[in-house]
Amino acid sequence: MEKLSDFYEAVSDAGNYIRKLKDRGRKVLGYFCSYTPEEIILAAGIHPVRLFGTEGNITLADAHLQSYTCSLARGALEDALSGRLDFLDGTVFPHTCDTIQRLSDIWRLNTNFGFFADVVLPVKLNTESAREYMKDVLQRFRADLEKGMGVTITDRALEESIEKYNMIRSCLKTIYELRSTDPGILTGSDLHAIVKGSMIMDRDYLLGRLPEVIEMLEEKEFSTGTGGKRIVLTGSICDHPDIYTIFEKSGGVVVWDDLCTGSRYFEGLTGTDGDPVAAIADRYIERQICPAKHMSNTVRGENIVEMVRRNNARGVVFLLLKFCDPHDFDYPYMKEFLDRENIPSMLLEIEDQLPSEGQLMTRFETFIHML
Amino acid sequence: MVDIGKEKDSRKIKSVGKMKEIMTTYYIDAKTAEQTGKRVAWITSGGPVEPLIAMDVIPVYPENYGAMIGASKMGGDLCQKAEDLGYSGDLCSYARADIVSSMVDGGPIGGLPKPDMLICCNNICGTVLKWYEIQARYYNVPLFILDTPFCHTGYADEARKYVRKQIDEYTAFLENACKKKFDHDRMKEVGKLSVKGQKLWQEVLNTAINRPSPMTCFDAFFHLALIVTLRGTQIAVDYYSSLLEEMKQRVADGISAIPNEKYRLLWDNLPIWYRVKWMSEKFAAHDACLVADTYTSAWCGQLKYMDEDNFLDSMAEGYTRIYLNIGVDEMIKIVLEMVDRYDVDGFVIHSNRSCKPYSLGQYDIQRAVQKERGIPSVVIESHMIDERSFSESQAETRIDAFMEMIEQKG
Repeated sequence: MEKLSDFYEAVSDAGNYIRKLKDRGRKVLGYFCSYTPEEIILAAGIHPVRLFGTEGNITLADAHLQSYTCSLARGALEDALSGRLDFLDGTVFPHTCDTIQRLSDIWRLNTNFGFFADVVLPVKLNTESAREYMKDVLQRFRADLEKGMGVTITDRALEESIEKYNMIRSCLKTIYELRSTDPGILTGSDLHAIVKGSMIMDRDYLLGRLPEVIEMLEEKEFSTGTGGKRIVLTGSICDHPDIYTIFEKSGGVVVWDDLCTGSRYFEGLTGTDGDPVAAIADRYIERQICPAKHMSNTVRGENIVEMVRRNNARGVVFLLLKFCDPHDFDYPYMKEFLDRENIPSMLLEIEDQLPSEGQLMTRFETFIHML
Repeated sequence: MVDIGKEKDSRKIKSVGKMKEIMTTYYIDAKTAEQTGKRVAWITSGGPVEPLIAMDVIPVYPENYGAMIGASKMGGDLCQKAEDLGYSGDLCSYARADIVSSMVDGGPIGGLPKPDMLICCNNICGTVLKWYEIQARYYNVPLFILDTPFCHTGYADEARKYVRKQIDEYTAFLENACKKKFDHDRMKEVGKLSVKGQKLWQEVLNTAINRPSPMTCFDAFFHLALIVTLRGTQIAVDYYSSLLEEMKQRVADGISAIPNEKYRLLWDNLPIWYRVKWMSEKFAAHDACLVADTYTSAWCGQLKYMDEDNFLDSMAEGYTRIYLNIGVDEMIKIVLEMVDRYDVDGFVIHSNRSCKPYSLGQYDIQRAVQKERGIPSVVIESHMIDERSFSESQAETRIDAFMEMIEQKG
């Protein structure tokens, strides 16, 4: 899409985009996971970029990670070991699942990007002591970053950064909402480029650019006229824009998602009163959770049903990365919650690459006909 | 002429019978808890059991049950049933088998007794969190999560504060679930017994330093059951005292675990429960004794953090810094220390598809051992209780090649 070429360029070659930023003197930290306190990184004047893993062959990472490790971990390590992430000044690992936890060790022992931090967040989020701990951990990260990168992060800078992120997240949410109301205004792969781009591109640029995108959407400038059976997508990350296109060709359209590279990234705003670090902690606690964290025994099941209702969707597609334990454990019960409400769902497990388009079309068409 | 049957008999560890008796009594008590008015808590293997003992709650270990399922070769069938319910075949086979055995008949001893509460400590993995959420939904009973932040490079102050606070939350949870005050005096006794039991277990494992070794890690896998399930009781202390006596006597009498110990090996990860006997015979046929392992020592590896006179405070750190909750570089140090202490000639790595926190990082540990100590190693892959995933011929080929390397080194 011509009018979104800036997003497409950043997404198709993030390395190239980031290197240009670096030429302008920016420091860059790579991160995994939607629980990365990006606000703190940005407040330090550092550019945060989410790492997605390679699409190429895995050779170097195989010497460190077994074949039963997810493609995200193997792909990211491959990128790191092969020098494709040479633009990084450091990496940040929030604690998520068992795999990322060990990837962090392997990364720390086998790469040398400069700064390195584990942000060992609490796993349970439903107690006061966990909230206190979350705050303490974020405070420690702030101090680690100041020390490691030789910068000072003032409360004022944090507040400004929080405001920027609130703005970016609100914009992404507005785009999702506009599209949920009228899916014909933007294709799924365009939406994917915008969201993924927002985790790669200069945040100040996005502050100006995302409101423009919203305006264009309101003017229906990207109108595709496509429509279809309304679907909610749930899983961890979706780095396969083709999926959206194949959906649309099959007569469906993704109107909302529960992905860490989707709604879990932008849901919830950070409070702007009081201690800014506490406010960041509070957002993590209030936000929809990732299955590697604990809020209650049923929260994700309730959430997916509510998400379907709110978006007037007809069915749910579980898009799960092979070897992703937290999501694999949640799948049967979330499906049961949906079954109970007579909401059809299908499971698509992805290893490294998508199945062939023909195969996917058949599966999607069959599912969509059922709706 | 040597009577082979008699020779084999003299090698048998006599405490085995006693252990079977204790475990039978324990499971009968647990299975009849409803009639005797006792409460049952399901708890993760790395979880702090001592407060449960102090509150007279019977602890039940789904992971110990998982091992039973595996040893009785029922894992494949139960895991398949879990897959039929939508659980991916890539998930931990303990979890798959246990979740399903709650719902269908099919596990050993007619299934576990229903829990009154669930205690989940995530110091061993993130899998237990998901597993216990599933069981909390299924049984509709309260779940307590002890969240032990991962110690990549140390035990941070904020983690110390957080875990310590949760110990108080844990005792408050138990007061609520048991409808009685927490008994701090009893807790002190239990704490002392726990430390005593762990020290004895460490001493038992240390007898394998002797040449020839009186025991193998396959024996340790079996005798481990009590330090897991009855840690903090006099029963465990008495049992390990007598087991230690037996081991010392074997050393004095020159009774070795295998007939002709020429090579000594170190095992990494959980056992392959459905092939323990096969594996032990396979190595013995090469005159190789697996004298130690990183798994069974996990129940005494934190003694340095435990203070028997201040148990509740110190256990916060002890339970957080267990072998599986520390960085790969820390693990390397421990493995190298074991290589030296037990003076081993090779390193057997079980790459366990069921256990990512234990297995991811093994290749780095393998390289470090190779580099620092120059001993050969071998990787054997399995799902620890899903026998469908195991290729015996592939394992055999690898073990033979590995042993050949060791034999050539002399």
